[in-house]
Amino acid sequence: MPDNAPRTSVATHCPYCALQCGTRLGHGASGTVVEPSDFPVNDGSLCQKGWTAPAVLDVPDRLRRPLLRGPDGRLAPVGWDTALDTVAARLRRIRDEHGPDALAVFGGGGLTNEKAYLLGKFARLALGTSQIDYNGRFCMSSAAAAGNAAFGLDRGLPFPVADLDTADTVLLAGANPAETMPPLMRHLRSADLIVVDPRRTKTAERAALHLQPVPGTDLALALGLLHIAVSDGWCDKEYVQERTTGFDAAWRRAVTWWPERVEQVTGVPVAEQRAAVELLGEARRAYVLTGRGAEQHSKGADTAAAFINLALALGLPGVAGSGYGCLTGQGNGQGGREHGQKADQLPGYRMITDPEARAHVARVWGTTPDALPGPGRSAYELLDALGTEGGPRALLVFGSNPLVSAPHSAHVADRLAALDLLVVADFVPSETARTADVVLPVAQWAEEEGTLTNLEGRVLRRRRLLPPPEGVRTDLEVLHGLAVRLGEPAHRYPTAPRQVFDELRRASRGGTADYSGVTYERLDAGEALHWPCPERPGGQPHPGTPRLFLDGFATPDGRARFAEVDHRDPAETPDAEHPLYATTGRVLAHYQSGAQTRRVPELNDAAPEPYVEIHPDTAERAGLREGGTARVTSARGTTVARVRLVGSMRTDTVFLPFHHPGAGRANLITGTALDPRSKMPEFKVCAVRIEPGTDAP
Amino acid sequence: MTATHHVLVVGHGPAAHRLVERLRAHGHRGPVTVLGAEPRPAYNRVLLTSVLDGSLTAGDLELPAPPDGVRVRPGVTATAVDRARRLVRTDTGETLRYDRLVLATGARPRIPRLPGVLTADGRLTEGATTLRTPDDAERLADGRVVVLGGGVLGIESTLALLRAGRDVTLVHPGPHPLHDRLDGTAGALLAGRLRSVGALLRTGRAAVEYRPGKLVLDDGEVLRADALALCTGVEPETALARRAGLAVRTGIVVDRRLRTADPRIHALGDCAEFGGEVPGLVGTAWEQAESLARILAGHDTHHRAGRPVLRLRAPGLDLACLGPPDPSGATRHITLSDPARGRHAALALDGDRVAGAVLIGLPRATAALAQLYARDLPVPSDRFALLLGTAAGAHRARVELPDAAVLCHCNHVTKADLLRAWRAGARDLTGIAAATRATTGCGGCAGDVRLVLASATGTSATGTSATGTSATGGNSA
Repeated sequence: MPDNAPRTSVATHCPYCALQCGTRLGHGASGTVVEPSDFPVNDGSLCQKGWTAPAVLDVPDRLRRPLLRGPDGRLAPVGWDTALDTVAARLRRIRDEHGPDALAVFGGGGLTNEKAYLLGKFARLALGTSQIDYNGRFCMSSAAAAGNAAFGLDRGLPFPVADLDTADTVLLAGANPAETMPPLMRHLRSADLIVVDPRRTKTAERAALHLQPVPGTDLALALGLLHIAVSDGWCDKEYVQERTTGFDAAWRRAVTWWPERVEQVTGVPVAEQRAAVELLGEARRAYVLTGRGAEQHSKGADTAAAFINLALALGLPGVAGSGYGCLTGQGNGQGGREHGQKADQLPGYRMITDPEARAHVARVWGTTPDALPGPGRSAYELLDALGTEGGPRALLVFGSNPLVSAPHSAHVADRLAALDLLVVADFVPSETARTADVVLPVAQWAEEEGTLTNLEGRVLRRRRLLPPPEGVRTDLEVLHGLAVRLGEPAHRYPTAPRQVFDELRRASRGGTADYSGVTYERLDAGEALHWPCPERPGGQPHPGTPRLFLDGFATPDGRARFAEVDHRDPAETPDAEHPLYATTGRVLAHYQSGAQTRRVPELNDAAPEPYVEIHPDTAERAGLREGGTARVTSARGTTVARVRLVGSMRTDTVFLPFHHPGAGRANLITGTALDPRSKMPEFKVCAVRIEPGTDAP
Repeated sequence: MTATHHVLVVGHGPAAHRLVERLRAHGHRGPVTVLGAEPRPAYNRVLLTSVLDGSLTAGDLELPAPPDGVRVRPGVTATAVDRARRLVRTDTGETLRYDRLVLATGARPRIPRLPGVLTADGRLTEGATTLRTPDDAERLADGRVVVLGGGVLGIESTLALLRAGRDVTLVHPGPHPLHDRLDGTAGALLAGRLRSVGALLRTGRAAVEYRPGKLVLDDGEVLRADALALCTGVEPETALARRAGLAVRTGIVVDRRLRTADPRIHALGDCAEFGGEVPGLVGTAWEQAESLARILAGHDTHHRAGRPVLRLRAPGLDLACLGPPDPSGATRHITLSDPARGRHAALALDGDRVAGAVLIGLPRATAALAQLYARDLPVPSDRFALLLGTAAGAHRARVELPDAAVLCHCNHVTKADLLRAWRAGARDLTGIAAATRATTGCGGCAGDVRLVLASATGTSATGTSATGTSATGGNSA
């Protein structure tokens, strides 16, 4: 059946998080209906976001025509040719005057593999710019940096999710799957959970052991757990000897983090540190998993590395039934980081600075290595440079809403406003789209074909149930239209996802994330293919790699590397003016900047407005009461939120979800300190004060 | 002051090690030389008891190699300082010039005035040893050990040696170990704890004579002492500073820039007296190292002493002392004593701040209060919950839920939604799931949903508990 043929129902996947729960979409009496399928990740379950996902398809303010900001300053509908001609002409003019790096692209971790791939190619060839990065930088970049350094390869989970079913102990560091990816909890039912989180989350409530550290001290805790693992005799010396290098240097850092010192820095009782290591050490099957809570710090890569060190000392990675993994967040957070929308990477998880990688990709693209730009700015650095001397003057945004999701968002708003040209492709008028010069209405999940790669590195088919609404184009069509107008040959930018995927396969061949053996046909036949899956001309097809590292790590010598890491304070610690820690995170009903989920009535009813969780004593001292309005102020700005008194909060910490726009944006207060390796901003900790506000949030 | 001066550090303990590491981090680019009297790389002295109990080796205690460009001279002792010419002479006959001199000479064990403990030539008699270095731990003879002195080191060493399977007697002149910090109840608990793990205690007794293999106490008792471990305190190592004419009281006196009276000479760690105190804690020494690194790198800053926390390092025994034993300014005292379960807390508050505390057997309270004290933060209003460690994660009793209570968080289903579905005919989980989507997310609410169904149907809710419905924890409260 051709990809575009009308269908009565399709097997596809939820549009939201990296679990990519399997669903069946069909036509019901009142529109599109969804049912969970028995896909192994969700096993017939869905959370409220998944059940209500069809509502996003026809929200009342769905974008259906291109919009162009006129001389009166208003966005007004125009035809596609006018919109694309205008964009192309302005891009050309800016490039002629300021060079190709004056043009920038900001992508997203929700884009399909095909879109992410073509977006990277479009940036490098059609625009000729090095300035492309994406919101995944705000997601898993710290774990990716740590995983690459330790294992020679970064795949969120190097094993299938269902392997967790038989775990005896699972340590979740800064992860709250009960609220961020609920169906995952079905795989954690039999394990004793150790949850590391400054808040008593829904996940922590299910834990055998909840370690509640001061925000910004996870690294000290991880060092302390390694210390105990070694000094209390849980270290798997044979494994360390045979499968790793670098233990001594890592230990010499951990040697200064004895449990009582860790207790003083983190607030986690010594007895609980020991209990955690015992639970891990006694388990026959154990996993260490990290999430954004540990990773979104200016030392996030080192923190992830410290948890990997712990896993290595216990002998977990690369052993069947045990391991280390990162719980990737966005829908295609895995595939999105592999195919070239990252500032420093080319398709196949190749480094853009590697001459061999450049030669290979240039060959596939029909150009010369010299024609490919070098590495560009990372996400926040890119946003920070917009409209500045030497910075980009035009920005194309695909699948992202940085006005809400980037740190220090008032500053980001200023930078976006300083551009000569802002173009946003989206299916709803997101906060960023509303400030754009040109808005391009694009298709969404149930209206398109493609592939995504979920958190376990499994390549999945997204299938089309409906045609896009009239007037709406796919992102691939938009890229094609712009590229041609910029003078590129039309054949370089196919609009059929299958064709783009076939090119992606060639581009990824021989790379770390090798997709060359994955085809739509094999996926449609129901094969479970985890990368790497190289093509084997003539022979039996490669079965994919559900479990990595069992025979050795992807390093030159096959050994995993301990990292020599040490703890340091976050960029900001409380002082007299800003006496509290603030940390940010997600709620179950919303996804990322909320651009989609805030438009779904059921979800919006469940979590209608920004709020701040505060310990009752802390609130009382600040003159705040339950249900009142709080102003939460950091050195960068103030956000307004409804007060929720939560007795299990640390008295020195407040929490805000980050899904809301306007004056209730949590990112008005977050900081811009970046991790030196991953360039991850410090979303998870800043210093604030709280006081009563007058306006409702 | 520029960041390119030659910094000469005398001593290579944890304070000196941290100083040279942080000097580079704070931008000092000049040459750095470190003279270490011990013939080994810097190591973490705090963990010596882990060597005693056999969980770590002496080599495991080694600290990271110093940053590039730092010249470390192990086994070289400074013998004199010529302040006029800014020279340091060493026992190897060398003369080193400095722009800034840092005295990090540490402390040495105090040898008690105990007949027989020293030989005629001033060395420790065979069988007796101090416990300061890995060599000391190595030197400890086999057989029954007598630990002399029930301070922190004496207690930690006693416990470590017991873990290693040794027979240990602890002799302490006070009424109970750590008597200058612990009240009677805490002291009795600590003594009981030591006895329960096999220690013989001789408190309120002084040693009067040591003969190889024997220790004689003031009441005439003769203890078998195949090894005698002297844990009788330390003294700041100040001889070099004294000879150089620098002011010394208990330690080498330094100002808020950790400077002696000679502006080119600083001191830190166990040898230094800052604000009248020589705390002798590695945490304090590291704080000073951080400050001094900034100062020597040219930053305009001064040292502010933190609030030291005394925390026993012993697996399974949570004991902490915060602040002075009788804090001035305390306006309220809260005591929670549960000796039968080995728990006791005496908390002194100044308003809502911690003025002082003694805690034993309360691991959560120890962690929480030590942070509140060190950071001078207000204590939570529910002081009992704080002391009992139930402030977070208290499992609140299951009470009658309001209709608006959300039972299925994954799908935001309230109790009222469930009851509506029940009235419409849903009688089991499948029916409820079809009607409300409850239980179709993480599945964790199934137990709560069954309870609501059961109570709606009027059958006993306890009948469902056998199916494991209590596993959902306290998320319904």
